[in-house]
Amino acid sequence: MCRTGGVPEPAGTGGEASTDAAFTALLEDSVEDLYEYAPCGYLSTLMDGTIAKINSTLLDWLGLDREAVAGRKRFTDLLTVGGKLYHETHFAPLLRMQGELRGIALELRRGDGGRLPVLVSAVIKYGTEGEPLLVRITVFDASDRRAYEKELLHRRQEAERARAEADEARRQAEADRARLAEALAVLQRSLVPDSLPAVPGVETAVHYHTAAPDQLGGDFYDLFPVAGDRWAFFLGDVCGKGPEAASLTSLTRYTLRAAAHHDPDPTSALTTLNAVLHERYTADGDPRYCTCVFGIIEPGGQHGPTTVRLASGGHPPALVLRSDGSAEFLPTPGGLLIGIVPGAPIGTVETVLAPGDTVVLYTDGLTEARVGAGRDDLYGEDALHAFAADHAPAAPREAITALTGLLQSFGDGLDDDTALLALGVPAAPSPLGPETGHAS
Amino acid sequence: MDIRSRNNVNVIGRDDAPVLLMAHGFGCDQNMWRLVVPVLAERYRVVLFDYVGSGGSDLAAWNEERYSSLQGYAADVVDVCQELDLRQAVFVGHSVSAMVGVLAAQAAPERIGALVMVTPSPCYIDDEDYRGGFSTEDIEELLGSLEANYLGWSSAMAPVIMGNPDRPELGQELTNSFCATDPDIARVFARTTFLTDSREDLKGVSVPTLVLECEQDAIAPREVGAYVHKAIPASRLATLAATGHCPQLSAPEATSEAIVDFLESLT
Repeated sequence: MCRTGGVPEPAGTGGEASTDAAFTALLEDSVEDLYEYAPCGYLSTLMDGTIAKINSTLLDWLGLDREAVAGRKRFTDLLTVGGKLYHETHFAPLLRMQGELRGIALELRRGDGGRLPVLVSAVIKYGTEGEPLLVRITVFDASDRRAYEKELLHRRQEAERARAEADEARRQAEADRARLAEALAVLQRSLVPDSLPAVPGVETAVHYHTAAPDQLGGDFYDLFPVAGDRWAFFLGDVCGKGPEAASLTSLTRYTLRAAAHHDPDPTSALTTLNAVLHERYTADGDPRYCTCVFGIIEPGGQHGPTTVRLASGGHPPALVLRSDGSAEFLPTPGGLLIGIVPGAPIGTVETVLAPGDTVVLYTDGLTEARVGAGRDDLYGEDALHAFAADHAPAAPREAITALTGLLQSFGDGLDDDTALLALGVPAAPSPLGPETGHAS
Repeated sequence: MDIRSRNNVNVIGRDDAPVLLMAHGFGCDQNMWRLVVPVLAERYRVVLFDYVGSGGSDLAAWNEERYSSLQGYAADVVDVCQELDLRQAVFVGHSVSAMVGVLAAQAAPERIGALVMVTPSPCYIDDEDYRGGFSTEDIEELLGSLEANYLGWSSAMAPVIMGNPDRPELGQELTNSFCATDPDIARVFARTTFLTDSREDLKGVSVPTLVLECEQDAIAPREVGAYVHKAIPASRLATLAATGHCPQLSAPEATSEAIVDFLESLT
C-alpha cells in the first residue's frame, strides 16, 4: 500500500502519534468545509429558480463572485440558451413530476464567456406539508466525458452517413440495372418481330422462350411477304449470346430480308447470308456462324396445293404434323453451318401442305433440353418425333401450345433460348363445325 | 392499430360534463397534466392523449414526414376527436400544442368550441420587430442538448415503459422515464416546434380563447403572450404568478382555477 501523501496509516502498522494526527485531520474536515470545497459543485435554488446558495468549487469553476450570483441569478441564467430551452422542456417538468433527476448533461456559461460541460443531478426538498421548498443541485465537471461522448456521437453520425451513402449507391445500382434490363428487352424485341403478319390461307403461330431475362438471346425468326403472293420465313440460331450475338442476329435478319426481296429462292437467300457472314466475320479472323432454315410458302388458295420450299444450313430438320395423324421430319442433307466457309453447301427440301398439315421450325434449345433424373440425357429428335406423332393432327396454334407445354415440363433442364414457328393450312372448313370437319 | 391505442388516449372525469381535451407540448407527455387533472376531472370530462412519437403512443405509427409539420400533430388531435366523437370540446394545449389547437380548430371547427392556450408562442425565432426570444443558432444548441442526453433514452426499456403506463415501477430503472423519447423523434419534434412560424394562423381563430401566460417564462415571454392576445380578438389574457414554462406543474392550483374561470364565463 502506498503510504505517502498523508493517507492515514492503518492501526497497528505505525506509531500511535501519527494515527491520532490522521483522525484529527478528518474531524477538522467540517461539514461547511466539505460543502464549500467538495470536488463537485453545489447550489440550492428557490422553486422559482433563484439561486439561494452556491459553493466555492462551483463559483471557482465558473469564475463568478458569490455576490453576483446568490440571490441575483436564477439557475437558468447559468445555462446556454439551448440549455435553457432544454431546462424548460425537460429538466423542470421532470424535476416537478419526479421530485428528482440524475445525470442530465448541460453546459454552464463561465464568467469569461467559456463553457463548462457538466452533469447535473437535482432533488426537491419538501416541507412538512409536502410542499416543495427548494431545489438542491449537484454539478459534476464532465469536460472529458463530454468530449468522449461527442466523439462517440460523431462516430455514430459518420456511420449513419456512410450507411446512407451505401444505401444511395445501392439504389443507384439497382436503377442502373433496371435501365439496362429495359434496354436489353427493347433490343431483344427488335431481333424478332412484335407480331406475325396475317398470311391469307395460312395459319401461323410462334413462341419464344428466353432462358436468361438479362441476356440477349441468340435465336431469331421472321415472316414477311415477297413477290408473287409468296411469303418468306426463317428461323435460326446464332453462335453465342449477349450483345455480340445480338449484332450477328441483326445482320443475319436484315441480310435474309434483303436477299429474299432480291431473289426469293431459299438456297439463294442462305448463300447470300453465308457470303455476308463469312466476309464480315470469319475472313476478318473472328469466325462466327449461325444455323438457319429459310422457307418460301406459296398458299394454294381455294383450289391449288400449298407448297413449302425449305433450305437449311446446319439447322435441325423441320417437322411436319400431317392431317392424317402422322409426323415426319423434313431432312435437308448436306447443309453446313452458315458463315464458316465460303460457298458452303445448302440443303433443300420441298413439301406440299394439305388442309390440316402443319410445318414446325424449332431451334436446338428444344432437342438439346436436358432430361432424365440426373439431367444427363438430351431430349433428342426421336423423342420430338414421337411427341409430334402423338399430337398430330394439330393446327399451328395447337402445335405451339403443346410444344410450349413440353418446354415447361423440362423445368431447369431447358437452359437455352428456344424459338418455335409453325405454319399450316387450316383443315377444310365445314359449316357443321370441327367435329364433323374431319369427315370431309 | 386504433386511435385510442395509437395516441394512448385516457378519459377521466364526469361522463355528462363538457369535454376538456388536453394536449402536451414538446418534451414530455400527458403526465404534464397530472397535477391539474384531479381538480378538473371533478367538473369536466377530461381527455388526455400523447402525440404519436411521445409518451405511451405507438412509435411504429410515427413517420418523419407527417410529424415534421404542425399539421401532422393537428391531424392527431382531429383523429382523437373523431374517435371519441367529441363536439364543441375545449382544447387545452400547452406550449407548441396551443398552436396545434389553432390548426385543429380550423380543420374541424365542429369538434373544437374553445381554446385554452397555455404559455403559447406562435413563433420562437426573432423576426424583424417581432421578438420570439430565440435565434436559429439557439435552436441548434437545444438539439445539441437533446443529443447530449441521448443516454437518458434506452430503446430496450422503452417498450416496457410505453406498454405499462399504469405500472411505473417497471420504468424505474430509467430515472427520467417521463420524458423518455426516441432521440430521432425528439429532434424532429424540436425542429417542428421551434422553427415553425404560425403567426398567420392566429388570424383564423374565431372561438373563445384563453391565453394563459406566466410572469416569468424563458420560452414564451410576456410580450409574446401579449402578441397572441392581440392577434386573437376573441381572447382573454390571464397572467399567472408563476415562474417557468409549465404553470400546470409549478402553479397547478392557479392554472386549473384560471381554466375553470374561463369555462364558467362561457356558459
